[in-house]
Amino acid sequence: MNTLVDIRGLKKHFPIVGGVFRRPVGAVKAVDGVSLAIKRGQWFGLVGESGCGKTTLAKTVVRLTKPTSGHVYFDIPDAPKAQIEALESLGKNSGELTSLLKENDLATFSGARVRLFRRRAQLVHQDPFTSLDPRMKIKNIVAEPLIIHRVLSGQAQQTAVKELLGRVGLSAGQLERYPHQFSGGQRQRIAVARALATKPEFIAFDEPTSALDVSVQAQILNLLKDLKKEFGLTYLYITHELLIAESVCDYIAVMYLGKVVEMGRPEEVFHTPRHPYAQSLVAATPVPDPKRRVGRIVLPGEVPSPSNPPPGCAFHPRCSQATNECHESAPALERVGDDHYVACFHPL
Amino acid sequence: MTGWKFMVRQLARNPLSLAGIIIIFIFAIIAIFAPLIAPTPAGHGDPYLIPRDGYWATPQLPSEEHPFGTTEGQYDIFYGVIWGTRSAFRVGLVVIGIVVVIGIILGSLAGYLGGVIDEVIMRITDIFLAFPALILAMAIVTVMEPSLTSIMIALIVVSWPSYARLIRGDILQVREEDYIEASRGLGASNARVIIRHALPNAIYPTVIMASLDIGAVVLSAAALSFLGLGAPEGYADWGQLTSFARNWIVGPSADPLRYWFAVTIPGLFILFFVLGWNLLGDAFRDIFDPRLARR
Amino acid sequence: MEDLIRIKDLTVRFYTYEGVVHAIDDLDLDIRQGETLGIVGETGSGKSMTALAILRLIPYPGKIESGSIVFCDKDSSGELELLKLREDKMRAIRGNKISMVFQEPGAALNPVYTIGDQISEVYLLHRRQELGCRARDRVDSLLSDGNGLAAGLKRPFWRWQSRLYSKIAEEPRAVEPRLLNRTPLFRRLLWRLRDEASRLTVNMLKDVEIPDPVRVAAEYPHELSGGMKQRAVIAMALACSPELLIADEPTTSLDVTIQAQMLELFRRIKVDRGASVLFITHNLGVASEVCDRVAVMYAGRLCEVCTIEELFLHPLHPYTRALLDAVPMPGKELQTIPGALADALNPPPGCRFHPRCPSATPLCQQERPKLKLVGKDHMVACYLY
Repeated sequence: MNTLVDIRGLKKHFPIVGGVFRRPVGAVKAVDGVSLAIKRGQWFGLVGESGCGKTTLAKTVVRLTKPTSGHVYFDIPDAPKAQIEALESLGKNSGELTSLLKENDLATFSGARVRLFRRRAQLVHQDPFTSLDPRMKIKNIVAEPLIIHRVLSGQAQQTAVKELLGRVGLSAGQLERYPHQFSGGQRQRIAVARALATKPEFIAFDEPTSALDVSVQAQILNLLKDLKKEFGLTYLYITHELLIAESVCDYIAVMYLGKVVEMGRPEEVFHTPRHPYAQSLVAATPVPDPKRRVGRIVLPGEVPSPSNPPPGCAFHPRCSQATNECHESAPALERVGDDHYVACFHPL
Repeated sequence: MTGWKFMVRQLARNPLSLAGIIIIFIFAIIAIFAPLIAPTPAGHGDPYLIPRDGYWATPQLPSEEHPFGTTEGQYDIFYGVIWGTRSAFRVGLVVIGIVVVIGIILGSLAGYLGGVIDEVIMRITDIFLAFPALILAMAIVTVMEPSLTSIMIALIVVSWPSYARLIRGDILQVREEDYIEASRGLGASNARVIIRHALPNAIYPTVIMASLDIGAVVLSAAALSFLGLGAPEGYADWGQLTSFARNWIVGPSADPLRYWFAVTIPGLFILFFVLGWNLLGDAFRDIFDPRLARR
Repeated sequence: MEDLIRIKDLTVRFYTYEGVVHAIDDLDLDIRQGETLGIVGETGSGKSMTALAILRLIPYPGKIESGSIVFCDKDSSGELELLKLREDKMRAIRGNKISMVFQEPGAALNPVYTIGDQISEVYLLHRRQELGCRARDRVDSLLSDGNGLAAGLKRPFWRWQSRLYSKIAEEPRAVEPRLLNRTPLFRRLLWRLRDEASRLTVNMLKDVEIPDPVRVAAEYPHELSGGMKQRAVIAMALACSPELLIADEPTTSLDVTIQAQMLELFRRIKVDRGASVLFITHNLGVASEVCDRVAVMYAGRLCEVCTIEELFLHPLHPYTRALLDAVPMPGKELQTIPGALADALNPPPGCRFHPRCPSATPLCQQERPKLKLVGKDHMVACYLY
């Protein structure tokens, strides 16, 4: 079964409370209806700017936050998914539906099911300087998942920890040190080692190299490549740097204000972007080549706030191709090529 | 953040903190070796009761037999202040110890879990904080039988709300850190996250406040004893000794400072004890201040 | 092109608890008039410290050990040795002739003052005479145009104001305005200075392409987005038309599309104002968009200085080559640089890069290579040349 993570209609809204009685007066629509499928062994890139909801999406997929609505299926065969869809289209809230959801839909898991899931999926945070407990030695940091899930203990645990740290390029002599004694790149490696401890199948990375230098970034990316091959991992890789996404990812989704606007293979998305936003993103990326300074499309205006998105297509106020239609309704993702999808009424 | 070696080094560097450490150390020696420094007379009974040398009301000046003189009622001041050190440590450490534990439990539950639990606990602390501290303590001691234990209970009841609040605030701050989320992402239970991650990182302001407070607690206990609401008469307690000197602060008009020793000597002991803990608390604050940490 | 800043033998050291860190080690660098010079480097390369050294803002426990930074001021006569200048003269230069834009736009703005107030502050500090001039001209026009009873009554007051402002314009050390400025209530009589400063502020905000500048000038920093805040900070920096604008990674914390707008703004600044820009970045792509010349630094030392085209066409220094290879480009294998960044406390002897250099020779370990000219305007510090 090919699809590992199947996200359908995922929404995550954060309520804004106001007034004396703390009533919800609005919502930050961080993720507003995202559907995508990550295949087993794929390096899936999620690209977008700040406020587009990519971090929230990743955190929701690994259940660090509970989705507001929508389904997340992790390693579920097609049959139950079809059943759930059928039951939902009937509209009634039946007991059968609820129990099916409880079994299969990650979004409704609770307690022990979530814990089991956590052994199979992990998240590596963006900032290596705050994602490790400053009071713990790194051997304890990496051993923690083994302790929590009671996988290994004693000598076996120690060996496993040494192996993991060795695999990410740190030596056994550094076991007794604290995070602040390491550089940013090394800390990120420790975070990766921690994520690998329970031998997960799926790792989500939230901009893991954005806080690092260029040379260190290259080392981390190569490490991730090796690990993926060795352990047969599936990656969800969030970044705002197109160059990285283009060079390592198998498949890309571009997000804007909580929705996916374009999805496809990197070569297609970056060389022939069909969505105006994707196009300006590609054009705005500085490339270390003085000859490639042509055709710059500078997007006017600012990214709108996700608590107050524009009506219809969220991009239309900044779009050069916008028409009335774009103001009225939001376009859905449509196929425009072999495995290439765009959410636009006037794709380029 | 910092290693033990670095902390000790910092402590040793600052002259005031060094003074604090030395003062507390001296008091600790006095407390430990009290039986040797001020031996209990044979057949006396409870060593915490100060031996009396008669029943006259007038304090006696310091002499060879009574190095610091005697109080009203002829209690030996020297014996009293030496054994009083033990009482002071007991009151200070027990009260603060229990208060910190209560504060940690309630504060971390309120801070980490939030919601209804947070509201309930905070309203309870509000109720306790609504009372003026010393008055509430006096009321509690009066209701119970006056003794050192009742003073300790009263002070515990009065002090725990501030610690619960303080720890709750620090936990709220630490809760938003990435490593807490990472721990939850690993599958850690709430208890594990609070005990192994949140508390060790949030505990520093509490440590500072606790060490400053030991002095304050001893001072409050002395105040309660001075008012007669504390230890039974004749108990070796600094506050008690000062209460015996209440009528003798000013002597006869010809020689007003005649009985200076009666109030000054126990007073000095209280002063230096509180000062030592205050300096130590300040030193902790300087060490744990993240901005001054490395350079 | 003439030189605007000449840095020679600059050495900056940090005396930390763990040891001495050589943040900058014998640096020689020139910034020419009207050019945008980029300094490219990674963490610990000393690029930010160079900027702070020019403005003499090195934080404790750092110290400028030796060297000279000569500033060739266009207005005043000739050359100023910045490192030997008295502090009050240095203050007259900061924000005025040389100004700086930092990485975090939020951090450079005071959250309790409005944007307009903060930019006006620059004018009030450095351009008092000009403000006085404008204020006087405005009062004079009131005097000459004013008709009717109200005007007639206010005339004497206006005449006094005109005299006051001319004093500010011409004799900055005059007693009356200075005294007024110090007295709490009477200071309000100088309100026209603030007023003129606000007008200049609004103009400046328009210049940096902030939409609706009057409204933005009355807003607080937290009400603006990151890109707008950075523009406001740039407005503050450009307020007094400095000769050198130092920008320390100004676009690193911004989104890609906002960064594109910022880079467009920087290019325009260069063209419109003719100021020199010292642009510090770790991103070679950004450098190629904005800079004319580039200096590559590693571990506190200069590796290579050349024009931007030369850097990409003929990179000479092994570190420069390695940096270019490490940038992820589609279809290309990611080349990593073996080893780790030079330890700040215990840097390698000789050439700092030799432990990681594919072409290292025994000589590289012993002695530090000097910066040599190897072509038209292309300097390298490497024994390969």
